[in-house]
Amino acid sequence: MSRLTKAPGQTADFLDERFTVAGPLRRTFNKVFPDHWSFMLGEIALYSFIILLLTGTYLALFFNPSQQEVIYHGSYVPLRGLSMTQAYESTLNLSFDVRGGLIMRQIHHWSALLFVAAIVIHMFRVFFTGAFRKPREINWLIGVTLLLLGILEGVAGYSLPDDLLSGTGLRIISSIILSIPVIGSWAAFAVFGGEYPGELIIGRFYIAHVFLVPGILLALISAHMAILVKQKHTQFPGPGRTERNVVGVRMFPTFALKGGGFFMIVFAVCALLGGIAQVNPIWLYGPYNAGVVSAGSQPDWYVGFLDGSTRLFPDWEIRVFGHTLPAIFWPTVVLPGILFTLLALYPFMEARFSRDRATHHLLQRPRDVPTRTALGAMAIAFYMVLLVSGGNDLIALKFDISLNAMTWIGRIGLLVAPPIAYYITHRICLGLQQHDREVLAHGVETGIIRRLPSGEFIEVHQPLGEVDAHGHAVPISYGEAPVPKVANKLGLAGRAIKGFFAPIEEPTALGSGDPESGEHVDSGTGRERRELTDIDD
Amino acid sequence: MTAPRSGGRPADATPEPSQLDLVKAGAAADGVELVHYRQRFVVPGTKLERRAERKVALLLLAAGLGGIGTLVVTIFWPWQFKSSSGLNYLFTPLVGIGMTLALGGLGMAVIGVAKWLLPDEESVQERHDGRSDDFDRQTTVASIKEMIDSSQIGRRKLILGPMLLSVLGLTALAIAPLAGLIKKPGRQLFTTPWKDGVRLVRDDGTPLRPEDMKPGSIATVFPGVPGGLLSADAATMLIRLRPADKVHVRPGREGYRYGDYYAYSKICTHAGCPVGLYEAQDQRLLCPCHQSQFNVLDGCRPIFGPASRSLPQLPIGIDSEGYFVAKSDYREAVGPAFWERP
Repeated sequence: MSRLTKAPGQTADFLDERFTVAGPLRRTFNKVFPDHWSFMLGEIALYSFIILLLTGTYLALFFNPSQQEVIYHGSYVPLRGLSMTQAYESTLNLSFDVRGGLIMRQIHHWSALLFVAAIVIHMFRVFFTGAFRKPREINWLIGVTLLLLGILEGVAGYSLPDDLLSGTGLRIISSIILSIPVIGSWAAFAVFGGEYPGELIIGRFYIAHVFLVPGILLALISAHMAILVKQKHTQFPGPGRTERNVVGVRMFPTFALKGGGFFMIVFAVCALLGGIAQVNPIWLYGPYNAGVVSAGSQPDWYVGFLDGSTRLFPDWEIRVFGHTLPAIFWPTVVLPGILFTLLALYPFMEARFSRDRATHHLLQRPRDVPTRTALGAMAIAFYMVLLVSGGNDLIALKFDISLNAMTWIGRIGLLVAPPIAYYITHRICLGLQQHDREVLAHGVETGIIRRLPSGEFIEVHQPLGEVDAHGHAVPISYGEAPVPKVANKLGLAGRAIKGFFAPIEEPTALGSGDPESGEHVDSGTGRERRELTDIDD
Repeated sequence: MTAPRSGGRPADATPEPSQLDLVKAGAAADGVELVHYRQRFVVPGTKLERRAERKVALLLLAAGLGGIGTLVVTIFWPWQFKSSSGLNYLFTPLVGIGMTLALGGLGMAVIGVAKWLLPDEESVQERHDGRSDDFDRQTTVASIKEMIDSSQIGRRKLILGPMLLSVLGLTALAIAPLAGLIKKPGRQLFTTPWKDGVRLVRDDGTPLRPEDMKPGSIATVFPGVPGGLLSADAATMLIRLRPADKVHVRPGREGYRYGDYYAYSKICTHAGCPVGLYEAQDQRLLCPCHQSQFNVLDGCRPIFGPASRSLPQLPIGIDSEGYFVAKSDYREAVGPAFWERP
């Protein structure tokens, strides 16, 4: 037993004598992280990236990125005897003839979908709370690059199996490269090693997918996190929270445990999806054949917006001086170019237009910056019209709408929906602000209706702060922080008693309005204690 | 709770400092104040505490069993793919559920420890950011300037020019290997394997006669040459129209058809997808990728969607054995447009 208790101390001693690590280690342990559910969104992206690395390495043990034509003899009977590339054959073998290969493939695919989705949602959080403002503009740029690379990585990945769907995707990619003015055909020949499809593209996408892009992603994610650690996390405004501090829990033990546990849960969700939810069943599509296509061909969701823009953009081909500028160039090269440029430059544009060049560590609530929030809603509306249009043939089929009508709805919606989204969001932000101010001025509605001697009915409000000599609330200034809106938030109803079948708490400790009374004793040692009470939680 | 005790620097205070005092002192040294730090269960053994412990223990149990179960299923469960349903169908879901139990159980247990058992904590850390202090800034700037000045590069004009050139050279060197990717497009984008006398064959390699097709039907054909099936730009649709259909034949293309039979490129002029869907009712071809629609009766002219060029028409005829043959290659580039295309 004594050996057991001594061992950690001896290991620590061993390491410290060699690396002088006690100080830095303690500083790491003591690093404070603020707690908010929305701060976990970026973590989901990070964790799904780790899952991608793990499952992807496993898949690489079996996948063969070759375009050599072979005859299939594997377990999946419907495809036996068909001619296909080794890339497709090895993916089929991975799915049917490797123990546990299918679930690895499906976990990989699901976590790829989750990876990009988490990046996008994380970006929404950063955007709508103003977390990109000085000093975090560089990290925003890294984040935008990560999103772009994440999409590229996904496209390269789903092109690898060389099934009918991915082959059609490659065909469209080649057409997009071909459409670039002046250098288009040269660029396409450089990428594909000749005329589409050639025999090199799967191998090239493979090395990009398993080495080049993940390497850059890993480096950029490391930089993204290093900057986060250096600059410390932003926090929402609240009692005790200032631009000069971080309020939360220390890295060790609480935050580390929560983070580690959350990684396992993200992994568990991906494993569950991979186990019970089929994704990308390539054996149903068949091997790639330039003369065959199936209806309802959709790319993975993160490319859907480009599919939509390609469907909506009119047939405006420009022909001048014996040269052609194909229509597909605008929705697939120019449009994403503009979108990503705007996205990358947004922090700088906002700083310029708002003339706000100060350093910010306190986040803003979306309602307190109506213009930015409305601009964001406008961008999301634009994006959603494109995304929905990427599946407009399926919508037309399921809802029995004319396909051409869906295209026109998309074209018109693309121009009409964003301004409407802007206007509505702006109004909602102002309305929410107004309601916050109302509560600060008059107090929280209690639900108690009183009839005055005159016969008039009034609702009794519980003031949040002081009251004047007449019992009216003294207005509290607007602090851009959450305001309690219902009486329960003030603790007027006490706290629910714990226990599912029977109460497992003494109800005597409750009902006094102070949830802390009775069972907790402060472990502090008589020192003057500054209590932070977050009135919203 | 477990403060690093290595380092061996005993505190000077006369009464032995408690572990918590040391933790707080360390935190203070790092600019962190534990403003709220209290044990969740001061009285041990309450119902609440026992329940929290039970929950963590159950989750850990599920994690352990799930992990072992996953390994057992992976090894012993019948996993080979079979067309008939059986236990094999449950292999992937079972592995997934086992992994979910193992990972999710452990994850929830760990978070449970943090949320239910560890002390309730609120800490405040000071931020130190923004510009460095003046001493650091001045000394660093001086170091950089000294480096430049001491080399006196500014007055060594002879080196300055070549130095810039060497940077340029290094950049050129980095780009040079990319030249290996260059491949001259040549005429490839304008040509396909179709030639005069090449038979129109189905995807199984069999040739077609006119009597093989009913009026109002369509067949996908490829050039009957080696590798013709794999060519990405040769796929062609052979359409037999009904005798009653009113066809508008483009001037100059009178000899392209054979009776009611017309052959059009299957490669969409928009993004290169196969124009796979034939609506016999209104004589349209629809590309399922981006929904370009082509009017079969009017030279496959685009009538809706993003495509702007007609599908190229292949001149066809009959050879001496009565099989369909091409009379030449396509007279224009097939597939998506590009810069060099007129």
